Amino acid sequence: MGRKFLTVLAVLAAAMLVMVVPACGGDDDDDDGGGGEAEASGTLVFAGAADPVVLDGALVSDGESLRPIDQMFEGLVTLSLGGTDIEPALATSWEASEDGTAWTFELREDVTFHDGEPFNAEAVCFNFDRWYNFTGPFQSESATYYWQTVFGGFADGETPSLYESCEATDESTVTINLTKSSASFLGALALTNFTIASPKALQEFGADEGTVDEETGFQPTGTYGTQHPTGTGPFKFKSWTRGDRLVLERNDDYWGDKAKIQELIFRPISDNAARLQALQAGEIHGYDLVEPQDMETISNDENLQLLDRPAFNVAYVGINQAKEPMDDLRVRQAVAHGLNRQQVADSFYAGRGEVAKEFMPPELFGYADDVTEYEFDPERSKELLAEAGCGPPCPIEFWYPTDVSRPYMPDPKRNFEAFAASLNESGFQVTARSAPWSPDYLGRAQEGNAGHLHLLGWTGDYADPDNFIGVFFQTETGQFGFKNQELFTALDEAEAETDQDARVAAYEEANRMIMDFLPAVPYIHTKPALAFNACIKGYTPSPVSLEPFSIVSMEGC
Amino acid sequence: MLRFVVRRLLLLVPILLGLSLLVFFWIRALPGGPAQALLGERATAESIAEIEELYGLDKPVHEQYFTYLGTVVKLDFGTSITSRRPVTDEIRERFPATIELALAAMLFSVLVGIPLGFVAAKRYGGVVDHLSLVGSLIGISIPIFFLAILLKYLFAVKLGWLPTVGRISVLIDVPHPTRFYVLDAIIAGNVEALVDTLKHLVLPAVALGSIPLAVIARITRAAVLDVQNEDYVRTARAKGLAPRVVDVRHVLRNALLPITTIIGLQAGLLLSGAVLTETVFAWPGMGTWLVDAIETRNFPVLQGGILFVALVFVLVNLLVDISYAIINPRIRYS
Repeated sequence: MGRKFLTVLAVLAAAMLVMVVPACGGDDDDDDGGGGEAEASGTLVFAGAADPVVLDGALVSDGESLRPIDQMFEGLVTLSLGGTDIEPALATSWEASEDGTAWTFELREDVTFHDGEPFNAEAVCFNFDRWYNFTGPFQSESATYYWQTVFGGFADGETPSLYESCEATDESTVTINLTKSSASFLGALALTNFTIASPKALQEFGADEGTVDEETGFQPTGTYGTQHPTGTGPFKFKSWTRGDRLVLERNDDYWGDKAKIQELIFRPISDNAARLQALQAGEIHGYDLVEPQDMETISNDENLQLLDRPAFNVAYVGINQAKEPMDDLRVRQAVAHGLNRQQVADSFYAGRGEVAKEFMPPELFGYADDVTEYEFDPERSKELLAEAGCGPPCPIEFWYPTDVSRPYMPDPKRNFEAFAASLNESGFQVTARSAPWSPDYLGRAQEGNAGHLHLLGWTGDYADPDNFIGVFFQTETGQFGFKNQELFTALDEAEAETDQDARVAAYEEANRMIMDFLPAVPYIHTKPALAFNACIKGYTPSPVSLEPFSIVSMEGC
Repeated sequence: MLRFVVRRLLLLVPILLGLSLLVFFWIRALPGGPAQALLGERATAESIAEIEELYGLDKPVHEQYFTYLGTVVKLDFGTSITSRRPVTDEIRERFPATIELALAAMLFSVLVGIPLGFVAAKRYGGVVDHLSLVGSLIGISIPIFFLAILLKYLFAVKLGWLPTVGRISVLIDVPHPTRFYVLDAIIAGNVEALVDTLKHLVLPAVALGSIPLAVIARITRAAVLDVQNEDYVRTARAKGLAPRVVDVRHVLRNALLPITTIIGLQAGLLLSGAVLTETVFAWPGMGTWLVDAIETRNFPVLQGGILFVALVFVLVNLLVDISYAIINPRIRYS
């Protein structure tokens, strides 16, 4: 027994050695995940924070799903590289009818789906009709959030829909009819959610099949979204092992400029420190969502590069005008002058925040340079309060969320503390109130139960002013508690305007109105960062994260 | 013996029932629900109600619990809210990863811990003994994630010897019939894949095995010291047996019982330690899966996953108890 035991020990020890020895030899070995192997095969490895949910643009709203879908699929229109201007994609040109309810698209010819099926007007209509006819659990916001945001309801008519019908006039002409005039419709079509899939593949692999029962919820049964996503884009699906890797390969039959890399692999790494170390060790070539504390490490490493993504969010101090004295414009102006926004931007955003002048990011059309600005001026603030007859000190209740970090507000408590101090200095008497983000802060703010002032913000869904100021101020809400018919009408008209130049002017004017009326005070736009190996060239960050890998190349990796 | 096993298995029923109750209500006591986690700023009262209805969360809690029990006995844990896939499918994919990691960690801690403890006892009071004591204290007190980050920095980032994340290099393609990647590589006869999977195992196994290693070394040392002074050991020496034979046949063999006990206990702890280790190494096992599920308030995954891990924990302990009787004939279960 004793000898046997020793023998077993020896064998196991030998096994351990086998594990370690080749590992040590891996220093100059090409197969140990280093950048060297990537050059041979032209394979770029990018890390996300999680697995995609499913590779079907119509049914997701999370960035981890949208990123790979965007490489495989194309919509009728797209956005300019790194910007938000609308450009042709599968449609070469388009025209709206006079009343703005019928949009006719001329389609690109000689485009085929990855399964060899032709792309044509019928395929476009098939996709629109699929989205419009979703029923049951597909109507949940967790599945079709973007359809509901842009188009409203479905064919069952329970909620009115912006979409009416789709007509394939001929092989390469398609008309989308809307129930009312909408201009934000065109910009929304650039969303990854409205990219066109092969009708044959959708049917063959049961994209819309699934079971629902009360005990287990909704469960898709088809394999379209997990094994057979089929679009027209520069990359096509190769394989997907959850938790490990999603592999896309170059589409050699692509109609446009073909991808510069042969293979594109997405792998999920949820831990921030692990993503950074994997990049440093050369196991991945890039990752998104760089933490502020890691930025210096990355900038100082000559083998790595840090890329800025243009800001596409806004954080603001919400004002509830239903609570006196906030209905008095002078008090709101006093709040704006009493918030030391520059200090907050400098102190808590690691150089990645810019003070917001209005409620949408500067990159978006309709942004007005000449809105009323409110410098930090405690004396002016006190004067305004005295004029309005509230103090000073003017007592107000100010709410902030706890247990949460948002892209535009990494540490709400510290933002709050700095603002409370500068408001107190400016003639206010702030009572601090807080609630956990989940479950009740948001609901509380939306229902108008979060005091006079509250901290909140928004990240844009798509490149249209309607998705910023339209969301906030187009109708009467409990959150802001005001009724300003002039503003509501201006935003309605801007949304419906189909002439792009007129639309830009309308939104610029709306932004001026808003910053005079001060329904809230915007304070920051933040720029997220991506990290890459220095050998990766051509990656162009986009404010809405629509970033094509097909133009990316690997030089000396 | 058979009666003992049957009795222990029957005990599983109340244990699992109690546990299911605890897990069920604990999860519902967490602030926020899946709807808020999914929709963020976009959550409205209607969308929350709609998602709660879809997953039956709008019903009275006791009713939810009985519905849940009804499906669990059929081994159906429901559907993951984030991936929309059956929880049982996800367990089937992820459990082998955790077991593979736990086995490797156990192997590492036993192979290093027992010889270390033995040598420390033989050199009682010497340099090796003191070093092993200090090493054990460090091993027990250092947080796993911190050790993991240090190990990765040294062996992956600085030296480039070992990978930092995952189970296998993304450039190697082998089929995974068993989902135990080492085994899969052997089945495929792919040496490159085998070496690569073993390399991916080293750092997570060392990080996860550090605490059991320290405990096993300490217990081995104590047990060997204890046995060394027994009469039968003195007799064996007196009758002129070679020192090596005495050590192996009389000392180590008799010291093995407390060591086995502690290994059994550590086996259960490895499962919980795997949660942290997996996250740091992006190891696609039960640990990362459950941590993500907590963040997204993925109730079905938490309910099913935790219950399953608990079941495994209880079964492992039962196996350990049975193995005592086999190793030590003095123990009889009746």
